[in-house]
Amino acid sequence: MSTVLGDREQVTGNREQPESIVSTASISSTQAACLENRILLQNVSKFYGEVLGVNRVNLSIPPGVTGLVGPNGSGKTTLMNLMTGLIRPTQGRITVLGIPPDRPEELFRKVGYCAQFDSFPKGVTGFSFVYNTLRLHGLDDRESARLTFEALERVSMTEAANRKVAGYSKGMRQRIRLAQAIAHHPTVLILDEPLNGLDPMARAESLELFQALGKEGLHVIISSHILHEVDKMSDQVILMSSGYVVAEGQIHAVRTEVKEHPMQILVRCSDPNLLASRVFAQDHVVEAKLVDDGKGVLVRTRDADAFYLLLNQLVVKDNISLETVAPADDDVNSVYQYLIGSENKTI
Amino acid sequence: MSRFAQLRKSFAEQPWELWTRQITAILRMDLRKNFFSRRGIWIYLLAFAPVVIITLHAIIDRADPNQIHTDTEVLAGIFQFFYLRFGIFFGCLGIFTWLFRGEVIEKSLHYYFLAPVKREVLLLGKFVGGVVTSVTLFGLGVLASFSVMYGHFGSAGQYYVFSGPGMGQLLAYLSVTALACIGYGSIFLMLSLLIKNPIIPAAIVLGWETFSPVLPSLVQRFSVTYYLKQLCPVSIPADGLLALFTVVSEPVSTYAAIMGPIVLAALVLALACKFVRRFEISYVAE
Repeated sequence: MSTVLGDREQVTGNREQPESIVSTASISSTQAACLENRILLQNVSKFYGEVLGVNRVNLSIPPGVTGLVGPNGSGKTTLMNLMTGLIRPTQGRITVLGIPPDRPEELFRKVGYCAQFDSFPKGVTGFSFVYNTLRLHGLDDRESARLTFEALERVSMTEAANRKVAGYSKGMRQRIRLAQAIAHHPTVLILDEPLNGLDPMARAESLELFQALGKEGLHVIISSHILHEVDKMSDQVILMSSGYVVAEGQIHAVRTEVKEHPMQILVRCSDPNLLASRVFAQDHVVEAKLVDDGKGVLVRTRDADAFYLLLNQLVVKDNISLETVAPADDDVNSVYQYLIGSENKTI
Repeated sequence: MSRFAQLRKSFAEQPWELWTRQITAILRMDLRKNFFSRRGIWIYLLAFAPVVIITLHAIIDRADPNQIHTDTEVLAGIFQFFYLRFGIFFGCLGIFTWLFRGEVIEKSLHYYFLAPVKREVLLLGKFVGGVVTSVTLFGLGVLASFSVMYGHFGSAGQYYVFSGPGMGQLLAYLSVTALACIGYGSIFLMLSLLIKNPIIPAAIVLGWETFSPVLPSLVQRFSVTYYLKQLCPVSIPADGLLALFTVVSEPVSTYAAIMGPIVLAALVLALACKFVRRFEISYVAE
């Protein structure tokens, strides 16, 4: 399924599972009411004067980890700020679990946002930074302190809790902001570049945390420049470029929709030469080349389903034993390169 | 159910307890910033500069009980010309415009906006914080000025304060200080939500407060000093241009003069609530 958005085509990979991102361009108000467990953006645009922030964005984001990917200036932060009401849309409608962002008193009981702004109120310690936010929620001293310790523990910041944030490293500042965002146990967690400045160990821990939160049924929306990490942690992705959503959905489904780039599949087997000669005879196979070690074939095909069917037949007929069959460009990085890479080289 | 009963029911159903807790949390954070930031040193200077001058006067000039009346007029002049029209005015400008704009400059406003606090409650919390700060600083300044002024007269001064009109005057000065902080504060808070540079609105408000006495009396009622001049306990004999600052052409009752700035502040804050709901965070543009 694809939706035409002006002169751009939005690839929507939602064929396989109902719980994936869907375009809301055609969602009626009755349907929208049924989608209260989703984050809905309907025809949302944001202009800063004459500068485009995002344009005609239609999304319905289900629970799970959603990766928001795009080059600098593609509109990722704008989209996150719109979802949290820090900025208002020029047009369109947004609801987060049925709550519009202009009702912060309800919204932020369910939403935690770790913004990209690397700034803090003056003179705060890590503890008081998280604690003060919980007091703003209206919680009493005891409950605020309990939740603060819990959040600090979750991001491994207990030891540095009583130090001034001004003396923290970038990674520590990142983690304390994350603690503040998760402290009140939100249902929706929006994280703008949460892995920036983290060392490899902290990155791995954070990735684990995000995945665990996603599995708990939370909406975790993460923007990141690091594609393989997005790939690793995301259940679905939203690819943005120049203010437009260019692709959305589960990465495999999105990849399948990118027809102009044949799918690459790496097959390691007992007789790669035979396999290469057999598959190359097929119309949908564009290329079949032996890999460097001579123990596999890299196939480029326009019809992955037909290829897998053929492979089954060859295995039986020619008695080829398979070691591995794996898509070689069925990841965020490849999809990103195919859809955005050509127009924006930097990410 | 009558409309009034409906209103009363709706009023009672509001989460007042939660709002009170949230305002208390805002006050905890803001008061520390308001009182202890280096940026606010000049506000301390504004509040306590007259105390230094009066102290010098007390040290240098010999205390003559016959001078009490003259010194009372001098104190009235200091209060009306310095505190009311300059010190409290600019002090409130510094305190109240910084409540939101300062958070934007320090890129920390989003932490308030990302909490489950109604924007109106946030505005009110910050306003109360500003009022507490300004009333404390200028109230202490006025109290110290008053104490030094009459303290140096010894027993005569003591008699004037505790057995004469002194205590009433002090209470009036403190009340006017509080009303001035509420009135000016609400205006500067609202303007800070609309305009980035506080100098321009300050100049406009200062012009308005200074020259509104020459306008029709109905228009004068939209000025804070219109009400406060009437509440000042000691009138200053002023001729010519100075009369512009002291004379009230059409005075209202004391009750109306007290309620005037409060109602004016309430109206301005209601308007500010509308602006704060639409306030967007764009640190890049600052």
